[in-house]
Amino acid sequence: MSTRNDKKEVETTGHSWDGIEEYNNPLPRWWVWVFYACIAWGVWYTVAYPAWPGLKEATAGYLGFSTRARVANEMAAVDAANADMVAALETVDLAALKDDENLHGFAVNMGSAVFKANCSQCHGSGAAGAKGYPALIDDDWIWGGRIDEIAFTVTNGIRNEQSFSARGYGGVMPSFADVFSGEETSAVVAYVRGISGQEHDAALAAEGETLFLDNCASCHGDAGMGSLAATREYEDPTALYPDGEMTGALNLTDAIWLYGGDEATITETLVKGRAGVMPAWSEEFRPGSGLSAAEINAVAAYVHQLGGGQ
Amino acid sequence: MGILDKHKVLEKNATLLLVGALGVVTIGGIVEIAPLFYLENTIEDVEGMRPYSPLELAGREIYIREGCYVCHSQMIRPMRDEVERYGHYSLAAESQYDHPFQWGSKRTGPDLARVGGRYSNEWHVDHLVSPQSVVPESVMPKYSFLLNRDLEPTYIADLMSTHAVVGVPYTEEMIASATADFEVQVNPDGDWDGLVERYPGAVVANFDGQPELTEMDALIAYLQMLGTLVDFSTFEPDASR
Repeated sequence: MSTRNDKKEVETTGHSWDGIEEYNNPLPRWWVWVFYACIAWGVWYTVAYPAWPGLKEATAGYLGFSTRARVANEMAAVDAANADMVAALETVDLAALKDDENLHGFAVNMGSAVFKANCSQCHGSGAAGAKGYPALIDDDWIWGGRIDEIAFTVTNGIRNEQSFSARGYGGVMPSFADVFSGEETSAVVAYVRGISGQEHDAALAAEGETLFLDNCASCHGDAGMGSLAATREYEDPTALYPDGEMTGALNLTDAIWLYGGDEATITETLVKGRAGVMPAWSEEFRPGSGLSAAEINAVAAYVHQLGGGQ
Repeated sequence: MGILDKHKVLEKNATLLLVGALGVVTIGGIVEIAPLFYLENTIEDVEGMRPYSPLELAGREIYIREGCYVCHSQMIRPMRDEVERYGHYSLAAESQYDHPFQWGSKRTGPDLARVGGRYSNEWHVDHLVSPQSVVPESVMPKYSFLLNRDLEPTYIADLMSTHAVVGVPYTEEMIASATADFEVQVNPDGDWDGLVERYPGAVVANFDGQPELTEMDALIAYLQMLGTLVDFSTFEPDASR
């Protein structure tokens, strides 16, 4: 710097510390102009966008910008692009959805997104479930695997306090700790393991049969096939059974277990009882964060095509 | 004496410079902050907001103690991706009784502003005891010890009084019945009419499934009410926000 300035006549600032002086060079012109431009931009910004506080409200800015309006517009643009499909999905006859290949494809894709955001936390991102949270990829259904039944379950949930039509008010699995003695519990466990084709003590299971028929069969059925099978057997198989008709008693004769089919877990189930809860997902019951009718139909279509839909 | 020469006085006097700088920063602060206390559109009036019930408030203390806010935000921003995933964007009114607010600034886990009612109480117990048992991809640590820590309402009335001092509208009746309300919220067989009358929409349940009232009960009571109070079916967004 000093060599350059030596050639020009530049004044010093007049400060002197121990003989050290400071040149008083002007600021670079480009820098000064950028500085002034920033000030001008700052003033414009406060006029264009919400900024200055008044007595009751802040100024809105002449551009009329609002983050709320922006998100509403963004949502509206996407909704408009899919409007035909969503409207069709809202009112579609679910049983016939598969025949409309285009709409079904849209529903499955939309349902996949809805599932990942809302359902995967319990049922798993691959819908394989977890202990106490049913897998949705097999054909073992508790509340029905028809697409309209799935949509009903999603809408109203199971044993929750949100929807009056929630499934499962027909019953919960009560605790049998006060009903069965320890030995009787072992007998029922052996019988249940017997009808599900697992290794068991045959003599003990024979003892358990009467106990099962007297205490468990009213929900699980004489053959232990569960309440869904019983409902399908005795009632109009195409109707929906929102209340009372189904208890949600599981099919005990297959190899699929909600809580576990080993002796320790079946014993725990008998002693403690079980009552799985699923929230109601319709926005009717949760206006801030629930699902719309189209979203429910979409996720029902997605779950229905995972492998076990009936 | 020109203005630059006057400025020299400030520059050469450290104490004066400090006082002057403080003055400038104070003016800036007042201009930015003070209007928020009187502008009518800062916090809109919305239907349904109420102070936390005693048990929810205790759960909120546990939420803060365990540092949940470090990984979870409670602020759904007005952007399409967030609204599509989490639900309606958060309103200022929804955290008006939060001291301090729990907006957070980082999302290692998902936003929790509208987690209330999304999952069952059993799921929250399973998930807090071992997050990976229900969400295998999760990196959340285990909070199973909450099940073993009994919670007493010893200081709950004091805590509510403190919140009342900073503007939460807890009435004397609410503070007087704090202990009873605290205990009855985990007892569906109890007499919880008063609780629900004082705190509309409060969920009464044995949240953790154990006979004891534990920290798990309180935390789940808090989580289950998050974002559920405002009735969005009647909500009209204020256009000037």
